[in-house]
Amino acid sequence: MARVADRFRVRREAVVGLSFAFPFFAFFTLSFIAPIISSAYSSVFSKQLTDGGFGPEELLFVGFDNYAVVLKSAAWWSGLGNVVTYGVIKIPLVMGSALTLALLLDSPAARGVKVFRLLYFLPYAVPGVVGAILWTNLYSPNLSPFNGILHLVGLDASIFTSPHMLNPSMANMTAWTFVGYNMIIFMATLTSIPRELYEAARIDGASEWQVVWRIKLPMLRGALLVTVLLSIIGTVQWFNEPVVLRTTLPTISSNYTPMMMAYQQAFDSQNTGLASATSILMALIAGILAAAWLGFQAMQRRTGTDGFDL
Amino acid sequence: MKKLFKAENQLPASLRPSRTTSGITFAVLVFAAVYFMLPVWWLIVQSTKTWADMLSSSPLLFASTNSLSANIHQVITYDGGNFPLWVANSVFYSGSTAILGTLISLGCGYSFSKFRYRGKKILLGIILVGMLLPASLLTIPLFYLFNTLNIVNTVWSIIIPCSVSPFGVFLAMIYCGTVPTELIEAARIDGAGELTIFFRVVLRLLGPATVTIALFIFVATWNNFLLPLVMLRGKDLLPVTLGLYTWQNYKAEILIAQVLTGSLLGVIPVVILFLALQRYWRAGLSQGSVKA
Repeated sequence: MARVADRFRVRREAVVGLSFAFPFFAFFTLSFIAPIISSAYSSVFSKQLTDGGFGPEELLFVGFDNYAVVLKSAAWWSGLGNVVTYGVIKIPLVMGSALTLALLLDSPAARGVKVFRLLYFLPYAVPGVVGAILWTNLYSPNLSPFNGILHLVGLDASIFTSPHMLNPSMANMTAWTFVGYNMIIFMATLTSIPRELYEAARIDGASEWQVVWRIKLPMLRGALLVTVLLSIIGTVQWFNEPVVLRTTLPTISSNYTPMMMAYQQAFDSQNTGLASATSILMALIAGILAAAWLGFQAMQRRTGTDGFDL
Repeated sequence: MKKLFKAENQLPASLRPSRTTSGITFAVLVFAAVYFMLPVWWLIVQSTKTWADMLSSSPLLFASTNSLSANIHQVITYDGGNFPLWVANSVFYSGSTAILGTLISLGCGYSFSKFRYRGKKILLGIILVGMLLPASLLTIPLFYLFNTLNIVNTVWSIIIPCSVSPFGVFLAMIYCGTVPTELIEAARIDGAGELTIFFRVVLRLLGPATVTIALFIFVATWNNFLLPLVMLRGKDLLPVTLGLYTWQNYKAEILIAQVLTGSLLGVIPVVILFLALQRYWRAGLSQGSVKA
C-alpha cells in the first residue's frame, strides 16, 4: 500500500512540476526551437518560377545549394571580415576598459565610487539604436564636438568614418553602451571576495599590484569567461550600429555584416532559402566560436596557470 | 562605500595608498566619466537648438536662444503625432512582457528548484543553451514562422518572443531556492492548492526579487530593435526605438534637431527606471555572475 501511495506522490510531483515549467517552454519552443527547425527546413528549398516565368512560383528541393550560393558570394566573406575586425577591436576594448574601471573602483585609492559607478553604467540605459543614432551624429563633421580637438592636428570628424577607422568607430559605439554593464558584473564578483583576504596579503607584505594580479584577477576569471562568451555571440549578430550609421554614410553597403545580408535576402530579394541558409551559417559560426572559447579556457585551466594570463 | 572606508582604516598607515596613487586613480576615473557623459551632455545641449544653431554655435555650449519647447512640440506633433503613440507602444510592449515574462520565468524556476521529476536535467540544459543562443540570428526565421501563423504585424509578434528570458529563469531558480521547502510542505498539508501556494506563498516571499527579473525583461524589450524592424509594418505599432530610426533614416538634416530631441525624450523613461531601481540591477547582475 505504502509503495502505491509513494508512486502516486512521485507521479503527482512530476505532473505539477512540469505544469509550472510548461508555459515558459511553450513560449521558448515557439520563439527559439521552432524557428531553428523551420529555417533548417526552408534552407534546403528554393523558389523557382515555372513555365518560363509565367507560371506560379514553386518550391524546389535544392539540397545544400543555398549554402553554396552564400559561401561563394563575395559579400558573405567581406561581411565576415568586417565582423572579425570589429570583434577583434571591440571585445578587448570593452573587457579591458570594464576590468580596469572595476579594479580601480574596487581599490582603496578610489573616492566617490557610487557616483562613478552610476555614471559609467548609465549609457546602458540608452537603447543600442538610440546610442548608435547619437554617435552617428557625434561623428558627423558638421556637429561633432570632437572637431575642436581634431582641428588642432589639422583633421576633422570625418576621420571617424574614413574607411580604416569605420570598424574601430563602431566598436567605440558598442563600448560606450557595454563597458559599464560588464564593469558592474566584475565589481559584483570583486565585492563577493572577503576583504580580509586582501588585508592579510597586504600585511604579509604583498603590494597593491600583487593583490590585483595574484588575487583579484584570478577571482574574476569566471566572470570574464561568461562576459567574453556573451560578447562573442553578440558580435556574430552585429547589426544595429552599421544599419544606423548607413543612414548618413552610403559607403556602408546594405550587406555590410552577414546579419544585414540575411535581412536584405529576406526583405529586399524575398529569398527565404538564402536568408535561412545565411542565418543558420551564422548560428553555426557563433556555436563554433563559443565552443572554441570554452575549450581554450578549459585547456588553460588544465595546464594549471599560476596567477592571471589570458 | 562605508565598507571601503572601514577596510582602509584597518590598514596600517604604511599600506594606505599614497597621495600620488589616489590622485592618478581619481584622474582616470574622471576621464572615464567625461567619456561616458559627454554624449549625454551633448544630446541635452542639442535638444535646445535649431539646426541652424547647431551649425553656428559651439557643440557643447547652449546657443543664445533656447528652442527646447519648439523642438519638443515638433517631436510630438510631427507627421500627425506618431511620437506619443510610439512611446505608449514601447511602454505597453515592455510592461506586458515584463509581467508575462516574469511570471513564466518564475513558474519555470520554481519547478526546477522545488520539484523532482525525470528529464529535469535536460530542461535545465536547454535553459543554459538558451542563454547562449544568438537570438537576433533567429529573428528572420521567426518572421517566416510567424508569417505562416498570421501574427506578423500584431502585438503578439513582439510580446511572445520578448517574454522568453532564459536568464530570467536562471535568476528565478536561484531566488526560488531561497524559499524554505518546509513552508511549501506546510501549506500543502493545510490543503492549499498548488497555484495558491505559488501565488500566495512563493511569489509573496520572493517579493522584491521578482522586480529584478521584471526589470531585465522590461529593458530588453524597450531596447529591442531588430525584432520590431522585422515584424512590424506601418507606423501605428512601432516602439519608440524603431520610430526614431525611421526619422533618422529620412536622411534629412532639417530633421536632426527633432531626431535628437526625440532620442532624449525616448531615453528618459528607462533612465528614470534605472536610477529608481539601481539596486535591483546590481542584484541581478551579481547573482548572474557569481553563481554562473
